Amino acid sequence: MSRRLRVLRLRDWARPVPPARREVISATPEVDEGKPPVLFVPGFGHGAWAFVEHWLEHTAARGYAAHAMSLRGHGGSAPAPQATLRAYVHDVVQVAASLPRQAVLIGHGAAGLVVARALSRYPARAAVLVAPVFGGWATLAAALRHNPLGTLPAMVGGGLRLNQRQLFSRELPEQVGRRYVEQLGRASARAQWQLLVHREPEPPVGDPPVLVVGSPQDRVVPRSALDRAARRYGGAPLLFPGMGHDLMLDARWREPIDAILDWLDKELSR
Amino acid sequence: MSTSTDRDTRPSAALERDESSVYDRGETVCVIGAGASGLAAMKNLREHGFAVDCFERETGIGGAWNWRHERSPVYASAHLISSRPSAEFPDFPMPDSWPDFPHHSQFLSYLERYAEHFDLRSQIWFGMEVVRVTPVDGDRWEVTSRSTGSSGTERTQRYAAVVVANGHNWAPNMPEYEGLAEYRGEVIHASAYKDATQLRGRRVLVVGAGNTGCDIAAEAAQHAAKCWHSSRRGYWYAPKYLLGRPFDQLHAAIQRLRVPLRVRQWLLERAVRLTVGHPRRFGLPTPDHRIFESHPIINSQLLYAIGHGRVTPVRDIVRFRRNSVELVGGEEIEPDLVIFATGYRPRFEFLDPELLDPDPSGRPTLFLHAFPRRYPTLAVAGLLQPDSGLLPLVHWQTVTIARWLRLRRAAPERAHALQARAAAEAGRRYHPGKLIDSARHWFEVSHVDYLRALQRVLDELEVTA
Repeated sequence: MSRRLRVLRLRDWARPVPPARREVISATPEVDEGKPPVLFVPGFGHGAWAFVEHWLEHTAARGYAAHAMSLRGHGGSAPAPQATLRAYVHDVVQVAASLPRQAVLIGHGAAGLVVARALSRYPARAAVLVAPVFGGWATLAAALRHNPLGTLPAMVGGGLRLNQRQLFSRELPEQVGRRYVEQLGRASARAQWQLLVHREPEPPVGDPPVLVVGSPQDRVVPRSALDRAARRYGGAPLLFPGMGHDLMLDARWREPIDAILDWLDKELSR
Repeated sequence: MSTSTDRDTRPSAALERDESSVYDRGETVCVIGAGASGLAAMKNLREHGFAVDCFERETGIGGAWNWRHERSPVYASAHLISSRPSAEFPDFPMPDSWPDFPHHSQFLSYLERYAEHFDLRSQIWFGMEVVRVTPVDGDRWEVTSRSTGSSGTERTQRYAAVVVANGHNWAPNMPEYEGLAEYRGEVIHASAYKDATQLRGRRVLVVGAGNTGCDIAAEAAQHAAKCWHSSRRGYWYAPKYLLGRPFDQLHAAIQRLRVPLRVRQWLLERAVRLTVGHPRRFGLPTPDHRIFESHPIINSQLLYAIGHGRVTPVRDIVRFRRNSVELVGGEEIEPDLVIFATGYRPRFEFLDPELLDPDPSGRPTLFLHAFPRRYPTLAVAGLLQPDSGLLPLVHWQTVTIARWLRLRRAAPERAHALQARAAAEAGRRYHPGKLIDSARHWFEVSHVDYLRALQRVLDELEVTA
């Protein structure tokens, strides 16, 4: 994040990202306590459904208006086989800006990188990166080690196939895990490549507090990558041992979201 | 700065001075005006940790863009002339489902959503106009306000800094002509033009070939019985779309290649001539300048209307007679409605003009068109006429203002050094080429040059922040 904030954005003015239909699923609390809205951004392959499963309602029950979106080409959003990382970032900023108040962005997996980039295009109230995949060759190495057959096709432009053992702990019943894996889609080939080779995100605007959450047993994001991601924002990762990459779907999904919302409560009261 | 701590502990204490009382607002910054620039100033100051009070003379936000406002110059058919990406705040995009060139009412609703999203309304005193802003000891400011239009009680508050964002497109600039007083037809300024019903069946003379003048002439082509369009010189009329893209997006694509101004001018003049044709073909004077040497005029409809004989281009006006208008070359025309689309003059009625260091012609000489030489806690926001949308510029300009003020608090010596440089660079122009007609282009900037200059200052402020 050594790079500075660029104010001259000729590329954005010359070639704006084309519009796309975006799926947004919302859950609102019974009483408006004046807390900021929370926007969940699922990572590559996942759609809004991944958060609708548990975290969305749970967040609403704790007094936050909760929204889960699908990036273009994912879940119920419009197909986008040519989408770039920039288009995904655009989607997040568009949805965030459409909310009535300054939003908290929570990105999972590769959407951790998408959210990190969105933070330099939108002054979020706060941000949480859950098991963030910041990409680079180390990510590829980890994926090849744990799932060579699912990863190799992605290197030649095919889809990245994540398997159950990468995403969930053994505590999650086999058939539940299978159901989730069957719902997985894929990011565009271009975006997959951009995950490996991309510029460092610019620093965030508006100086939001940023929390990094993960699991030391995550088979997609190594512990060292979590530390590195947290260090970017001047902190240490909040760890949930024994869980898989998909913290929002794993058996003990309640622990991380409660910890995130406790952190939010504390940050917002400052 | 030594007394700032005890100010903080009693932020609203009334200081007795003569008969009136002055309320000290401590470290709060005062923003004057809740138009696009004022809102950006408020949002960015708050983001940098400042408390903000904003005074707005109207009862709504949006300034010039709010058609309900007395001083708003917008007319029913007004659309943005920059396309969406370069017309929006860089950290709060317009919905991408909106058209390339949104309508003014969409733009207002965008500003309203911005104010809502960043919770700005609660910091605005609506219906309060500022009557006086005066510097007091320790680089602080006394701001005197009263409820708009009344001669009632005035209230004076003391602030750590003032950001002036009162706009520069509301005080009509009316030209003077011999015989204008005796002329029997109706004469209005474009600011009083609201919709096409004013034109229906009339014989209209539109004076001025700025973007507004061209818009009104094109509208008159459809509704008026007859329309003449008078301009002092030939201009380049860029179409809204060129080579399948909004003009400014094509221009940005060319600028990305970092080609020199001359090459850009050649390319775009060529593209305009190939697609819409040379102005001469339409009976217009040949431009006496290259493209980008005057404020760009983006209008696809005017040349089309001329080509259909619905608008007659005419030369400059010599004098008015009782029932007619005499033009250069002796021609006489008989309009019954004359619309002066002759622009606006900047006005700061509440501020001693000397504070902004005017040059002999009256143009304020400010650093980055924002910072006066001698008053480090005074800034002007949005006093720019860019060749693109204003919002990206005013966003980064107000971020710069906020960082500047923050640096003054955190590292006064560093701020001093920067202030000295600002004084030396005040009045610089941010435009690569020469500009014709200087009075019209007091605040003209090339957005690329201006943003580069802002980037340099921001980087410097970043190091210390």
